[in-house]
Amino acid sequence: MNWRLPWRRQRRPLPSPLPHSVLPWLLLCALATAGPHTLHQPLWLTAIAGLVLAWRAWLWLRQLPLPPRWLLSLVSLGSLAAIVVEYRTLLGRDAGVSLLVLFLALKLMELRQRRDGVVVLMLGYFLLLTHYFHSQSIPTGLWMLLALVLLTATLLRLHGDDRARPLASLRYAGVLTLQALPFMLVLYLLFPRISGPLWGLPRDAHAGLSGLSETMAPGSLANLIQNGSIAFRVQFQGETPPRAQLYWRGPVLDHFADGVWRARFLPHRKPQVEARGPEVAYVTTLEPHNQRWLLALDSPTAVPAEASIGHDLQVLAPAPLTSRSRQAFRSVLDYRHNRQEQPLVLQRALQLPAERNPRTRELAEQWRRADPRPASLVQRALAHFRQEPFFYTLRAPLLGRDGVDEFLFATRRGFCEHYASAFVVLMRAAGVPARVVTGYQGGDINPVDGYLTVRQSDAHAWAEVWLEDQGWRRVDPTSAISPARIEAGIAAALPDDEALPLLARVDLDWLVRLRHRWEAANNAWNQWVLGYTPERQRQLLSRLGLQQPDWRNMSAALAAACGLLLLLLTLWSLGRRPRLAPEERLWQRFCRRSARLAPDLARAPWEGPLAYGRRLGERLPTLAPQAEAIAGLYATLRYGPPLAPRDRQQLLERLAACIRELPSRRPS
Amino acid sequence: MDLRAQAQRWQRWLFRLQPEGGAVRLERRRIYILPTRSGLLYALALVVMLLGAINYDLALGHALVFLLAGLGLVAMVHTFRNLLGLGLQAGTVAPVFAGEQARLTLHLDRPDPRPRRALALDAGAGPILAELELPDSSSVSLPLPPQPRGYRPLPRLTVASVYPLGLFRAWAYFLPAARHLVYPAPLSSPLPRARSVPQAGDSRGGNGQEDFAGLRPRQPADPLRHIAWKAAAREPAERPLPVKHFAGGGAEEIRLDWQDLPSGCDVEQGLSLLTGWVLAAEAEGLSYGLQLPGVDIPRGSGPAHRQRCLETLALWSPPGARQP
Repeated sequence: MNWRLPWRRQRRPLPSPLPHSVLPWLLLCALATAGPHTLHQPLWLTAIAGLVLAWRAWLWLRQLPLPPRWLLSLVSLGSLAAIVVEYRTLLGRDAGVSLLVLFLALKLMELRQRRDGVVVLMLGYFLLLTHYFHSQSIPTGLWMLLALVLLTATLLRLHGDDRARPLASLRYAGVLTLQALPFMLVLYLLFPRISGPLWGLPRDAHAGLSGLSETMAPGSLANLIQNGSIAFRVQFQGETPPRAQLYWRGPVLDHFADGVWRARFLPHRKPQVEARGPEVAYVTTLEPHNQRWLLALDSPTAVPAEASIGHDLQVLAPAPLTSRSRQAFRSVLDYRHNRQEQPLVLQRALQLPAERNPRTRELAEQWRRADPRPASLVQRALAHFRQEPFFYTLRAPLLGRDGVDEFLFATRRGFCEHYASAFVVLMRAAGVPARVVTGYQGGDINPVDGYLTVRQSDAHAWAEVWLEDQGWRRVDPTSAISPARIEAGIAAALPDDEALPLLARVDLDWLVRLRHRWEAANNAWNQWVLGYTPERQRQLLSRLGLQQPDWRNMSAALAAACGLLLLLLTLWSLGRRPRLAPEERLWQRFCRRSARLAPDLARAPWEGPLAYGRRLGERLPTLAPQAEAIAGLYATLRYGPPLAPRDRQQLLERLAACIRELPSRRPS
Repeated sequence: MDLRAQAQRWQRWLFRLQPEGGAVRLERRRIYILPTRSGLLYALALVVMLLGAINYDLALGHALVFLLAGLGLVAMVHTFRNLLGLGLQAGTVAPVFAGEQARLTLHLDRPDPRPRRALALDAGAGPILAELELPDSSSVSLPLPPQPRGYRPLPRLTVASVYPLGLFRAWAYFLPAARHLVYPAPLSSPLPRARSVPQAGDSRGGNGQEDFAGLRPRQPADPLRHIAWKAAAREPAERPLPVKHFAGGGAEEIRLDWQDLPSGCDVEQGLSLLTGWVLAAEAEGLSYGLQLPGVDIPRGSGPAHRQRCLETLALWSPPGARQP
């Protein structure tokens, strides 16, 4: 039966073999889309993909036939097996990306039809998305935009542009992309957003996020400090408090064993905070750290609705933060916390591992015998740090079984976690309830956008002691050894020869300025592009007048906006009249006018200008001189030798004048 | 039930197909557009990418998917635009013998300076790619599907394009109101016995074999040995090739008669044999006449005579039968 639906094409509209000249474009596309993945994928995969690409380029240069199918099958099966061995699965994020890269490389080896080229490009578009697993920064976005234009230009060359100049194809692809941008904006703003995940995320989804950890051991913060990346940004409403008061509270650790501080679970109870000063309001934008805690200034008084505040003033989100998020807080910087404390908490704040650090216990015992008042014990300990030769350094020696003993009596070189830990142990040994608090201290104001930037290198650990009548009081032993750390930041506190991330150094002025600009741009990007969450979308739409935005009226608005855009684009691109030369426009006006005089006076399609002018003159003798002058002028302008611009302009003006003088009615 | 006829009627209604004479300009209403298989693959890829972007909460992933979706929509408009305003005019079709490929000269033009790329023109015998770039108009020689002898209406022409991105295919139909002539397929067989009529010295009429009488452009039926190769070499650009024209000599006379056909052959075979004889007689420079039931063409020779004979053979039908 030779019956087909009318729109079923009977034959392919284009001959299907792949144009030979498109191959370098496809290779470039593969490089642009798969290339950046070399940073994240196993080396052997990069090697295989690179070899295949080079092989393909060589075959193309020499115009050699493609390798047989069995060889390709062998290579692909081998690589599949290697992926299974590497990732233990074929599913999941990283294994999936590796598979895509592999398919892309191998598909290049069996490019025979145009369709194969299309498949390569579709894989390329898909691979573009996978880069965002690793980075969504401005440079990644730009690179992906360029790669998208390249892929589109290649698609163009596959479908009939293969003999055009490369730049022309790229330009056309750029034009298409530019015209697609308004659609992207509308869709980005109006497409009903759903918070992921839709299905279970693989465990590797948020691997490699840095930040504070749930435990503190000697050296753990010192490692974090080497990391110059941003932990969070803060926008204060009103004045920014002085740097020495910026203690950003993170995990509170109250259990000490084997040299490691940990947090222990306590039943939830509301904290009692007495404000003794004004409140400050601010909004933090927290980078994802895959943990539940949020970072607020000591002490928070109002936290976001979905978050909860613990008895130890730690603010927790309902789920680990896997994406950048914004939280509004209020805090008081001068406060009293839990003057009535639960006995269980106080009892735990005195816990110490038995039979460890005997010399430290002995020292604390001595102090307690001299003056048992807790406040003077605190002062005594701080004075000890200040008077004895202690050094503040990132290069602390490794500590053994009795770590605090070694630190206090032998090495005396350490970083904030060493001092906080030693101080709390001393206090507990002397009978004063104490605990370790980790978090961040300080931050830099970015002069470009006024945001306070807090980096991983601002990570800090301090101590809290509980005093009768005063509740929990913050004591920062680091400030006793190195006041500069608290007043001016880590770069000022460390000796010059100690390695710090380049961006944490403040002595390179131009570098700091450049960094500020770049980070302000990044912050704007984060706030407005990446931080466009379902909540922000709702806020924006309510502000635009959409009452109660839900997916129904959002879809309606989206359809309307897209339809409008499409209409505009259609009108612009389809409705454009060809631009006519001025004399042509005038001549057509003349023809229209004379046709209006009488239907039989319309110019016939085959009639030349001079002949038409003559015919008009014969039919309407009163108009004869005018009609013939117009026809003559037009013929000179249109068909005559090229004229100097001024002469040409004169003739055009005369032509226009003649046409203006034509009567609009047939002279009787 | 004739499904095919049904489908054709349906198509004629759906696509408003009517034979059109003269030039046709493709307006909005006669261009159709639908996604191609690549377009569907693209859409599928976008859906999967969107799910990935939602699942992994990738803001830029959303942006990428939306940009690509916009690109698809833009490509649709541009594909449509590639056909819009295109002017089509059917030119001539040289007569062919049945079984040969007839070719239609199709003139294309455009009203604006926008280049039109990758236009696939199809009359049912395989697509031809055309492009309108520099000149205002261009002509394409379009193969037509083989047809039996007689006057045949031109088939429906399809102009299609997937340019620029291959995601959509826009197409339009054009049914030119014109017909082309198909001669019967020639069958070669020995000519019936010729009667020689001495006509020495007579150079007015038909062509002879002996006296060189000058050069004339080559006709398809001229024998190769008459081509004036030297003259052709002198003017390489001149086409068609010049052939030596002879006059005089004993022009032989032959009568090609339906009655002389071998018995047992049917009408079409007979016409094919007669066609073969006409070609052979013309090639040998004979003076020939043609006789069919109800038709009698007097003796003669030359291209016009040959064409008259062939046309008669193409259109002839046995008395009482329907016109082919």
